[in-house]
Amino acid sequence: MSTTTAKNGGGLGLTRKDFQSDQVVRWCPGCGDYAILAQMQKVLPTLEIPREKFVFVSGIGCAARFPYYMDTFGFHTIHGRAPAFATGVKVSNPDLSVWVISGDGDALSIGGNHLIHSMRRNVGVKIVLFNNRVYGLTKGQYSPTSLLGSRTKSTPIGSVDYPLHPLTLALGAECSFVARTTDRDQKHMAAMFEEMANHEGTSLLEVLQNCIVFNDGAWHKFTEKGMKEQNVIYLEDGQPLVYGPEDDRKGVSLEDYKVRIVEADSPDVTVHRVDDEAGGYAHILSRVELEGGPVPLGVLRKVERPPFEGLMVDQVAAAQEKGEGDIDALLNSGDTWEHH
Amino acid sequence: MAESSGKNGAEKQLVELETVAIRFAGDSGDGMQLTGDRFTNAAAIAGNDLSTFPDFPAEIRAPVGTLAGVSGFQINFSSRDIHTPGDAVDVLVAMNPAALKTSIGDLKSGGIIIANVDNFGQKNLAKAGYESNPLEDEEFKGNYDIHEVKITSMTRQALEDMELQSNLADRCKNFFALGLMYWMYSRPLEPTKQWIEEKFGKRPEFVQANTRALEAGYFFGENTEVFTSNYIVREATYPAGRYRNISGNVALAYGFIAATKKMGINLFWGAYPITPASDVLHELSRHKNFGVQTFQAEDEIAAVSAALGASFTGSLGVTCSSGPGIALKAEAMGLGVMTELPMVIADIQRGGPSTGLPTKTEQADLLQVMFGRNSESPLPVVAAATPGDCFWTAIEACRLAVKYMTPVVVLSDGYLANGSEPWLLPKASDIPEMPVAFHTDPEGFLPYNRDSETLARPWAIPGTPGLEHRIGGIEKEDRTGNVNYEPENHEFMVRTRDKKIAGIAKDIPPAEVIGEASGKVLVIGWGGTFGAITAAIEALQARGASVSQVHLRHLNPFPANLEEVLGNFEKILVPELNLGQLSKMLRYQYLIDTISFNKIQGKPFKVGELITKIEELL
Repeated sequence: MSTTTAKNGGGLGLTRKDFQSDQVVRWCPGCGDYAILAQMQKVLPTLEIPREKFVFVSGIGCAARFPYYMDTFGFHTIHGRAPAFATGVKVSNPDLSVWVISGDGDALSIGGNHLIHSMRRNVGVKIVLFNNRVYGLTKGQYSPTSLLGSRTKSTPIGSVDYPLHPLTLALGAECSFVARTTDRDQKHMAAMFEEMANHEGTSLLEVLQNCIVFNDGAWHKFTEKGMKEQNVIYLEDGQPLVYGPEDDRKGVSLEDYKVRIVEADSPDVTVHRVDDEAGGYAHILSRVELEGGPVPLGVLRKVERPPFEGLMVDQVAAAQEKGEGDIDALLNSGDTWEHH
Repeated sequence: MAESSGKNGAEKQLVELETVAIRFAGDSGDGMQLTGDRFTNAAAIAGNDLSTFPDFPAEIRAPVGTLAGVSGFQINFSSRDIHTPGDAVDVLVAMNPAALKTSIGDLKSGGIIIANVDNFGQKNLAKAGYESNPLEDEEFKGNYDIHEVKITSMTRQALEDMELQSNLADRCKNFFALGLMYWMYSRPLEPTKQWIEEKFGKRPEFVQANTRALEAGYFFGENTEVFTSNYIVREATYPAGRYRNISGNVALAYGFIAATKKMGINLFWGAYPITPASDVLHELSRHKNFGVQTFQAEDEIAAVSAALGASFTGSLGVTCSSGPGIALKAEAMGLGVMTELPMVIADIQRGGPSTGLPTKTEQADLLQVMFGRNSESPLPVVAAATPGDCFWTAIEACRLAVKYMTPVVVLSDGYLANGSEPWLLPKASDIPEMPVAFHTDPEGFLPYNRDSETLARPWAIPGTPGLEHRIGGIEKEDRTGNVNYEPENHEFMVRTRDKKIAGIAKDIPPAEVIGEASGKVLVIGWGGTFGAITAAIEALQARGASVSQVHLRHLNPFPANLEEVLGNFEKILVPELNLGQLSKMLRYQYLIDTISFNKIQGKPFKVGELITKIEELL
């Protein structure tokens, strides 16, 4: 472990550099992934978690190369299955801080099954979903989050698939921490990483990420100056849903589960709360932009539920309390007889 | 040998027999598996050698009375050493016409039929495809010793005063049949009564009803004049010691528990329910006090993936399935080969391809586990020979997985999984100590630095300071494990992975020849055919035939002496429950001729079939 002094205020003396591996980063110049990597390497040293406790698990895709660039333990696995590998890691050693790095194809197409089941089990893994609405590594086919009519390599006259909405899916799968950020908003992303690091149970963070080669500008409305102010709402627990530039503030009302844009000072403006156990409010919140509203960034839902690995470990511990396993006793259990 | 035993008036002959095979057959809801299981226990307690063969349909409750719904349980028990459930049965307990029809072909000429005639009405006969009642057919009657017993109505009578609903009373009829068989083969009722007490203790009316039905069957045998003799099969002379009856699936579960305990690491079991492998998951989920974690995954891929993730983290990850599930796991198994992590994949084979015959046995996954992954992806393959051997095979697989840092496949099959035999209980001290030492020294650590002898890389688990490293499915650079696309490096790594697995041949026992070391015919087998092949060889060797036997546990790599052994025989016969998969492997590896003997019926070999085939070659 490095002994260099802290530069980011971390209590363990770790720095950003300690989390940079010696491998050359091979994403396309200008790719949004660089910003995500940089933020991760900045945030981890501040968490007071020893470096050897971090494990980054990924599947296949551009995002999946992420673990190679982190000087932590890392496992670059197979397409779509990272949440399943991460489940095995976390359950084997719940003390580890386990992160899954995935993309919209990896997590939502080939790996949809593992994603939903890890979330409903509430496995304590931190899933960062890089959503760029396109397949990058296979060079530009449409993905499960691509918009209807997307013209891509495999849909030259437009796709006829309706897209999936990752956060709505996560809420439907009972995910206990659901959040969104963008690759252009460094501070916000860092805050989200920190919140995830401290959450017990599954956390899912959708990062609106730009693929500069195959889908440039997919999220510009929400990331670029001059546009994002009108189109983004930052969520704060206990604060009203208001957004917009200083001179044109607006509010969002979700009363009766209908999205309405109202004046910022209207009494109808909904006050955000992250602890929505029933999930109905979080559900409609995850669809605000689909109804013509701004895209919510921040924590949509954060509820406490005992994580899977804890329940698993507790069961083993309870069984062992009654007496640890003994091979001879096991073999001699049941109907046995002495043959002379 | 016969002695008379006069009890309660009826004068009966007690006849001593060496070996008896019985099949209990009825509707899948008739409790035939339970009946067979209890009879097996009684035979075991009596000290018989025995072998069982449960044979049931894939449907949980196929339409009542149909051929598709017949569930059978065959047990062969003997006062001598036996290896199979018997080619043909001496006694058939047929609870309905469909059971009679599906099993009659396996009943010896002159064999005993106990038919529950209450179920032999027109409707049931028609469902089984009988135009008339075979029990009334003169020719049929001449061929067998038929006992028409009103099992259902006599059970109802016995429970008459209990005011049970008639469907509840009818569910006790299997105990009546069991009681009758206990009388016929001179077995005490007490252990079964005790078992009923334990099993149904919470429902006193069930305890009473089942016990009464059991007794009624027994007394019926004793008192009726229909049965003129009953039988005794004395204790077998197998090695002294403490025994239990064990099925392959339970033995397999125990093997994994014992191996990981000896290694001092936790067992992580990732599985998705599939016939006939689910029982291993069920068994393991009861033994969490060994530090066993059982994970019922969302699918087969998640099961193997989680297992490999657990292995990366220092548990021994094991996944267990059958052919269709193994197909789904192939990519993750390949990742295990690439990342050189220990893992065991158990394949309880069943009839295929595709869904095939889920409840029937076959050994046709050998080539799948050898080659069913993309590119050059070698891994060790071991196979269990008997139900009890599943225990030792699991331990061997774990040993190889950890010592060589590789996924290992264990092959079992439906016949071994559900069949059972008396098993001489090993002691924990019989199992070698296999302590695991994780790598901890950061000095000069490289994730793909190999042990010079085994070529295994270090097992360096997350949480160890200074050993932070990345592994994954992309080709590794030698020693560093970094991503590397260099042509020469790739070839070197492919060859090294291959060499590592091939080198295991030095670390496994040589092939052992049973019989003369050279001669006319060598019969070479693997897996669950061991019992039938052994019985055939023993019979032929007793007659002085020049035939020897080799049974392989290690299928990849083969034992180092195998080529030499094969060279000492004029003819090599390879009996397999597939189209010749081991046969192909022996041919390409050693450029020798082999004679395949194949059966693909979802059923094990009969000893007689093997004897006939071997005799052709002598």
